[in-house]
Parts: sequence; structure tokens; C-alpha cells
Amino acid sequence: MRSNPTLHDLQHPGHEGEEGHDEHHHPFLQHHFEDLGQQHEASTLGMWFFVAQEILFFGGLFCCYFIYREMYPAAWKAGSHHQNWQIGAANTIVLIGSSLTMALAVWGAQGAKRKFTTLMLVLTLILGGIFVGVKGYEYAEHIHEGLFPGSAFTYVQHDNPQLTRGVELFMTFYFTMTGLHALHMIIGAGLLLWFIKRTWRGDFGPEYYGPVEIMGLYWHFVDIVWIFLFPLLYLV
Amino acid sequence: MAQIQSQPNDHETYTGHAAPHHQASLVSYFVIFFALMALTVITVWISRIDLGAMNTLVAMVVAIIKALLVILWFMHVIHSPRMTWIVVISSFLWLAVMFALFFSDYLTRAWNIY
Repeated sequence: MRSNPTLHDLQHPGHEGEEGHDEHHHPFLQHHFEDLGQQHEASTLGMWFFVAQEILFFGGLFCCYFIYREMYPAAWKAGSHHQNWQIGAANTIVLIGSSLTMALAVWGAQGAKRKFTTLMLVLTLILGGIFVGVKGYEYAEHIHEGLFPGSAFTYVQHDNPQLTRGVELFMTFYFTMTGLHALHMIIGAGLLLWFIKRTWRGDFGPEYYGPVEIMGLYWHFVDIVWIFLFPLLYLV
Repeated sequence: MAQIQSQPNDHETYTGHAAPHHQASLVSYFVIFFALMALTVITVWISRIDLGAMNTLVAMVVAIIKALLVILWFMHVIHSPRMTWIVVISSFLWLAVMFALFFSDYLTRAWNIY
């Protein structure tokens, strides 16, 4: 009977002893993958599984949004009139711009353009920061008008007081959906800082750019959520 | 769309150590960006016209087109292996199931057909 192989034997078939770094071994190749190609495909696929559950997570909110909108159409219309669509449209342009710079960062990483990639990631971070900043300004305005749901909700719809509670419901959806979206943006900004550091250090190149690609998948997904939120919250 | 069929995807042609990658042309990213900008203008413009109940439908169709542009080109799905396509398509399939089941309940409660 053979003795059980050690974990090390399993990870390095044919390599005895040494910490298996032969000449072709890329420093970022994880030991459980055959090669960088397999690692790249596995990691992007894994990210797509994550994005799939994010689609269903936000999908549930959109589903509830449509059901309540069907129940209270007048309140939804009144509520959306409290949104400044010019600001919303400008923020949409800023966010799609950040998606462009993110896509260009991935393109740069594929071509080993270290400075270009770093610049594009910094631009993505700046545009994302502008978006969240503008969102914060809008939140401050709404709270000032007494439109934050709950005990802080002091707004009364004067032309039709019966709509007041419905407007509060609309604002609940507004704050929940944009708040969770903004939370994703803030997490994305934190990740971008880490990626800026790694890119500047020279971690990525044509052989190994999977992590930048995955960062891009996350950022573009957050962009897509906003593409739906903008017409549904600002342009009812 | 014909491009997908004529061009074998990177997974099939992939042979060696490097990451399988298709570096799209820089111009294509700007084309998608300006298409997204144009569609954003269309979204705002259409919302100013009163189409009644059709307004939301049109806004959602435009948003879906925008999302498709982002998914296929910015997220590189168009050059991805088939396995990625399966995950992407099935995630929207589950989303459709969720919408269909919720709506078939809530949106029909007021019908009172009996």
C-alpha cells in the first residue's frame, strides 16, 4: 500500500522538495492551476457568477419597485418630480465616462502599458468620486426638504395631501436603491486604490491582467445598475 | 453579430501559457462610449414626450440596449468562452423567472374576473 501523498506532492507533481518555481513559472500563477490561461478563465468565470447573484440582488429591488409603482402611479410621478433630472443626466454621463476609462485601463493592462493603465484607473477613481459626491449633494437636498423616509419625513404634498405617504414610499425606494448603488461605488473606489498601487508596481501585463479585467467587470456592472436607475427614479 | 461566428473564440484557439486574450481596438471602446452617450440623450428626450404608458417601456428598451452594449463590449462577453455566455444568459433567465412569477401574482390581483 502506497503512503498518502502530501499536499506538496499534489500541488507539484514531478517536483521534489523545492518551492516549485521553475523558469516558466509566473509569480502570480496559483499552484492549483495548470497555467495562466486556465487561471484567467477560472477567475473571470468566478467573477461572472458573483455578478449573476448581484443581478438577482438588484433585480429583487427592481421587481418591488415595479409592483409598488403599479399600485401608486401618481405618487411615483410626484416623487420623481423631486429629483433634478439635469443632475441625474450629468451624473449618468460621468459614470459612463468612468466605465470608458475602466475599459481603457483593462486595454492598457493587456498591452503592458503601465503608466497609461495607472492613469486610466486614477481617472476612473476621480469620476467615481465625482458621482458619489454629487449623490451626496442630492441626498443633502432631499434631507433638507424633509424627504428622508421615517420620522424625518416632514414633507407634505400640498396639491394632494393624500399622495404624501406614497411619495414617502417612493423616496424609500429612491434611498434604498441609490444607497446600495453608492455603497457598491464606494467599495469599487476602495478596490481601485488597491489596483492603482498594484498597476504602478508593475504586477500586470499581457500574460497576467485577469484581476484588472475582474475589477472592470465589477465596475461595469455597477454602471449598468445606474443605467436602469436613472430613467426609473428621475424620469417617471 | 456575424463576427462571432466567423471568428473562433479565444478559448478554442488558446494553446499556451499566456492568458487567453483578445485585445479589442481602442477605437471600439470610444464607439461604444459615444453610442451610450447618444442613448442617454435619447432616454432624456423621450421622457419629455408624453407617450402615456409607453414611456416606461421605451425607457426600459433603451436601457436594455445600453446594458447590452456594456456587457458585450466593455465586459468583453462577445470575445469570451461559451461557459461565460452560459452564466451571463442564465443569470438573466433567472431574473426573468423572478419577474414573471412576481408580476403574475401582484399585477393580476385587481383583475376580479370571477
